[in-house]
Amino acid sequence: MAYLTVTCATDAELTKNLPPVTDANLSDLAKAELSHRGWRMLKDRLFGLVTAIGGVTVILAILTIFFYLLYVVFPLLRGAALTTEWRSTAPLGAVRYLALNEYADVAFAVNDDGSYRFEPVKTGDALVSGNLVPRGERLTAAHGGQHAQATFALGFASGKVLLVRPSYVVNFTGNVRHTAPQLTYPAGVAPINAAPAGSVIKLVTAEASGEAITIIALTAANELYLTHLSRQPSLLEDDSTFEQHQVQIPLAEPLPAFLMMDVDQSELYVISATGHVTYYDIRNKEAPKLVQDLQVTAADTKITAAAFLSGGTSLLLGDNRGTVTQWIPVRDEQNNYRLTRIRRFTALSGSILAITPEYYRKGFAALDASGTLGLFHTTSEATLLIVPHLVNAPRALAYSAHADVLAMVDGTEHLTLRGVSNAHPEVSWRALWGKVWYEGRSQPEFIWQSSSASSDFEPKFSLTPLAFGTLKAAVYAMAFAIPVAILGALYTAYFMHARLRIYVKPSIEIMAALPTVILGFLAGLWLAPLIETHLIGVLGATLLLPLTFFTAALVWSRVPGLLRHRVPDGCEVLLLIPVVCVVLWLAMDLSQPLEQLWFGGNLPRWLTRELGLTYDQRNSLVVGIAMGFAVIPNIFSISEDAIFGVPRQLTTGSLALGATPWQTVTRVVLLTASPGIFSAIMIGLGRAVGETMIVLMSTGNTPIIDASIFTGFRALSANIAVEMPESEINSTHYRILFLAALVLFAVTFIFNTVAEVVRQRLRAKYGNL
Amino acid sequence: MTPNPRPSFTHWLKSGNPWVWMTAGAVSLSLVMVFGLLLIIAINGLAHFWPARVAKVVQERADGTHETLLGEFVDAETVTAARVRDSGGRVPPDATVVKRLLLKVGNRDLGDSDFRWVPEPEITTPDYPAEAVVIERSEWGNFYGFITGLSEHGKALDGANVWAELAPRLQRGHDLREQIAHIEKREIGSVNYQLEQLRLRERVLGKAGDTAGQQALLAPRAVLEARFAALSDTLAGLNSEIKRDGLLVTTVTGVERTIPIEKIVRLYRPNQMRWREKIAHYCVKLGEFVSDEPREANTEGGVFPAIFGTVLMVMVMSVLVTPFGVIAAVYLREYAKPGPITSAIRIAVNNLAGVPSVVYGVFGFGFFVYFLGGNIDRLFFADKLPAPTFGTPGLLWSALTLALLTVPVVIVATEEGLARIPRAIREGSLALGATKAETLWRTVLPMATPAMMTGLILAVARAAGEVAPLMMVGVVKLAPSLPLDGDFPYLHLDRKFMHLGFHIFDVGFQSPNVEAARPLVYATALLLVVIIMSLNLAAIQIRNRLREKYNAADH
Repeated sequence: MAYLTVTCATDAELTKNLPPVTDANLSDLAKAELSHRGWRMLKDRLFGLVTAIGGVTVILAILTIFFYLLYVVFPLLRGAALTTEWRSTAPLGAVRYLALNEYADVAFAVNDDGSYRFEPVKTGDALVSGNLVPRGERLTAAHGGQHAQATFALGFASGKVLLVRPSYVVNFTGNVRHTAPQLTYPAGVAPINAAPAGSVIKLVTAEASGEAITIIALTAANELYLTHLSRQPSLLEDDSTFEQHQVQIPLAEPLPAFLMMDVDQSELYVISATGHVTYYDIRNKEAPKLVQDLQVTAADTKITAAAFLSGGTSLLLGDNRGTVTQWIPVRDEQNNYRLTRIRRFTALSGSILAITPEYYRKGFAALDASGTLGLFHTTSEATLLIVPHLVNAPRALAYSAHADVLAMVDGTEHLTLRGVSNAHPEVSWRALWGKVWYEGRSQPEFIWQSSSASSDFEPKFSLTPLAFGTLKAAVYAMAFAIPVAILGALYTAYFMHARLRIYVKPSIEIMAALPTVILGFLAGLWLAPLIETHLIGVLGATLLLPLTFFTAALVWSRVPGLLRHRVPDGCEVLLLIPVVCVVLWLAMDLSQPLEQLWFGGNLPRWLTRELGLTYDQRNSLVVGIAMGFAVIPNIFSISEDAIFGVPRQLTTGSLALGATPWQTVTRVVLLTASPGIFSAIMIGLGRAVGETMIVLMSTGNTPIIDASIFTGFRALSANIAVEMPESEINSTHYRILFLAALVLFAVTFIFNTVAEVVRQRLRAKYGNL
Repeated sequence: MTPNPRPSFTHWLKSGNPWVWMTAGAVSLSLVMVFGLLLIIAINGLAHFWPARVAKVVQERADGTHETLLGEFVDAETVTAARVRDSGGRVPPDATVVKRLLLKVGNRDLGDSDFRWVPEPEITTPDYPAEAVVIERSEWGNFYGFITGLSEHGKALDGANVWAELAPRLQRGHDLREQIAHIEKREIGSVNYQLEQLRLRERVLGKAGDTAGQQALLAPRAVLEARFAALSDTLAGLNSEIKRDGLLVTTVTGVERTIPIEKIVRLYRPNQMRWREKIAHYCVKLGEFVSDEPREANTEGGVFPAIFGTVLMVMVMSVLVTPFGVIAAVYLREYAKPGPITSAIRIAVNNLAGVPSVVYGVFGFGFFVYFLGGNIDRLFFADKLPAPTFGTPGLLWSALTLALLTVPVVIVATEEGLARIPRAIREGSLALGATKAETLWRTVLPMATPAMMTGLILAVARAAGEVAPLMMVGVVKLAPSLPLDGDFPYLHLDRKFMHLGFHIFDVGFQSPNVEAARPLVYATALLLVVIIMSLNLAAIQIRNRLREKYNAADH
């Protein structure tokens, strides 16, 4: 190479040192000669240039893979930020409740006196305002809903309650969107008796779904009433009537400060400022049941805010020390629910004034008394953003439906809107790799469940079970492949007859080219059912085969020399092929009678019954064998090369010193070739980790963490293949799948690089010998 | 290996001989596995097309009920007595294992499942009625039973010689079906395609406000629509004509049916067939397998679109991968300055061959399909949006992804080939005054062609067998049309395609009737194995011959 470069350089210099070309000093022939030469040199340069550009482009294109994966994954690492800012020109009044419509272009505000306004944001639409309190009523309590279709409940001094819901009619003129806000009344325009007539309502909460409305009202006399309205089917669609009934709920709490009912109208929490929570099960509206009575704070801590997380399962409580805690009902073994604290967020320091959940995700925003804003996500237990002293004397806080705009009203009664960039709050190191306590679970767990039919589903993005599955597959595959491949390589390289070797080596190597989809198909549809019915045979064969080889060797050594010497050394393998066939056939044939005799005819069932082991038909044993099969050729080929490459003088020296061939192999050959064998194992491991089709087809693909050989798993690679086509582009799920691919890329790249470096060193060493 | 012909046991143990045998055992086991696997695929794949005899057996169940069954024995297994008892089967009291036979009874339209496991003790000795007929249908799978007569327009034909009349009617049905398929697939498909093109052009003109242009399109549109109507009429006529004939059949239990001739793909009496006929039948079925379209959710018929898709995708990939792989190899070996960076790049390229294919799939899905494809659509196919053209998985992206996946293979093989060319040859060329480019172009590269071929063949072999990345960038279980047809621009790189490997995965694992699909999956697997093994063997051959050639040149 170096020599070549020098040649070229001289060639180039040659043209440089030529005298300047002029018409005067050249004959025509020479001129033609020279111009031809120049053209050739130019072509040479061009060729070099094109090759260099092409080569570098290809190499860059290959490297792009890594950078593109990184580029897609990167946004996962970015935290949240507040972006744009908009501030209303006029004050809105003494706002108590605030909500934003879907496009965040109208803010709905309800003031202390019951007046309301639809404040257009950034658009030129007209302000709509009025008062919610009907004539003759006096507003004594109000409550704003927490979910996408927020229902506002207004309680009056007459024991009546009015339900109001803002709604928005969107129409387009050209490409300009116009939003016409209006009020709807889920329970009718007339207030409903939510408590005996004449009692003053002190606290109220209500939820309305299409079919049923539940109103919880607390009177000044500390009596708690549940009013249930169920819609009666009627012939005329809009003329529906309600059947109403009311029960009184015995109240254990002397001084309730918050009434919290979830969106499904099945749980009710009565919370006092001192941190005393009474938890009622109100699924049966006729007989609400007290479930639990508990103290959720220390003695000197006061509850200052309460909200439900999206979905209505988790209760968020904020206290005067700036802590927000997340509580969920957890079911114990006796099927009793207990309200349990599963997370604490302590990033804020002042008394929590407002907690606003996101509409679709499990995140929330909180404001404390100092006006500090915190953005949090519960599943990932992440504090995404803290903005100190953002709002001066905050009054109200609201999230837009897509959690991209936050609305705040401050002490000056002005409305401020801030854009929120918070695309992937679900991801944190802990959410991806640690145990997470998900809603509806009784303890922290590793779960991968990326999608579900319901919209308020909590995505579970734990990569741990997938990584575990990948490792499990690799371990079982390697446990099968390493002994077979390396022993086989040893024999083929060192003991096998040279003429046999020419055929045996490629026969095993060519299996590396076998499409893995075929191996996976055979593993799933042929091997898995076979193993299920012949488990004893398969497990027995692994013991029986080495024993048979040993016996065969013993028998052969006792065979009369005349016959023995007719088979040349290094052809034992041919003698053993029928032996292997017979042993395998015997193992299969005896398997079932033995199963009938020892295990009542059904070993998998026996395993489950007697040992408590689950048996999946597509289990790790199947994968171990199938994937072992796929990596045997890789390991075999590279370690065979390494062993074969051990310099002859080493082995002949050892033999000359009186060592037996086997001693030479174990003390000299294996030792010398060990780096090569190591690199073979690394490459095999790399292949086992990234293999997709075999694990996809021969396991059940359930993401569980269970090391048992009789259960399945879900590997990272199979997970990508299954979920990638269905994931929404640029969603968190999409990026996490890219992350999984990046992890696979990095792991296999490291394995292969280590193997390659070791191999090159080895080659250099052999070269020296 | 030991001098003493009868060594003592301890001496023998010390000699290490048993361990040598142990290593020999590992090789034997590997070889048995390799050839066993090929044998399993070959036997299962090839047996499917053989016209098996149709057996009639009476099954007497443990509860005393009887049932007469007619069908082919396709599989047998032994199970423990306990398992048979658990599933309600009858077992002799002293038996430990029971043989179970899988009987393909077909007749899926008559309710029960088309495959039955029957324990051997429950059935009588099979009897092979000569008149038993197997009817392959285009719907509901095979029919097993007996022919009783023919019908025309729903009325039974009296006194007709059924077998003599049947052949021309089957031929007629076959011809009509061909005509219908031709009109439906080719002609109407083509008209529809042209209409779609017109509609798009009209939309573009409409957006530009060019009403005159739109008017001008009305005439060709009317022509096409008239043609469409004419074709529809012909089709309706053919469809009513093909419905004329019916075949009256009865099952072994005496249920009578009329099978429309149009639904009959093939009909034969295996119990009467002689060897020659069976072999002929086998060949026809094999031919159908490689040249026909799949039927019945891919569980029957052929795999032609999958073969076509695989080959076309691999060809497009080869066109992409060869020049770039070779250029990169020439650059690395001949132009790049040798040093730590070059060797680092070389290691990186080497290692990329070991990166899991699913990672390439993810990259292809994100980068090619969404990023490149999405932008191409916005720039060049904006009038078709929101329907994506290239912004969706397709042939081009699959070929590009696999090209990226296999380019390291080509680079490594070409580099190896370049390294093997004796220095004397280059020096000779340079000494004669050739420039470096001329030396490469005229001497070195031609000599390295076999190495490039090897690389390309290995790349093709790898690409043909890959499935995981394709699942993300372009394969589908059933493509409505081939990516190559008679409509301009003939080669539709944006279309989705079918692939042999994916076909195996899909039919074997996503099919509702796995038992029915299994033989076809084996056959497909065999086809894929044969293709890939031959490619690899060819590569090995080329490499070996190459080595000999240069070894000779070196000395």
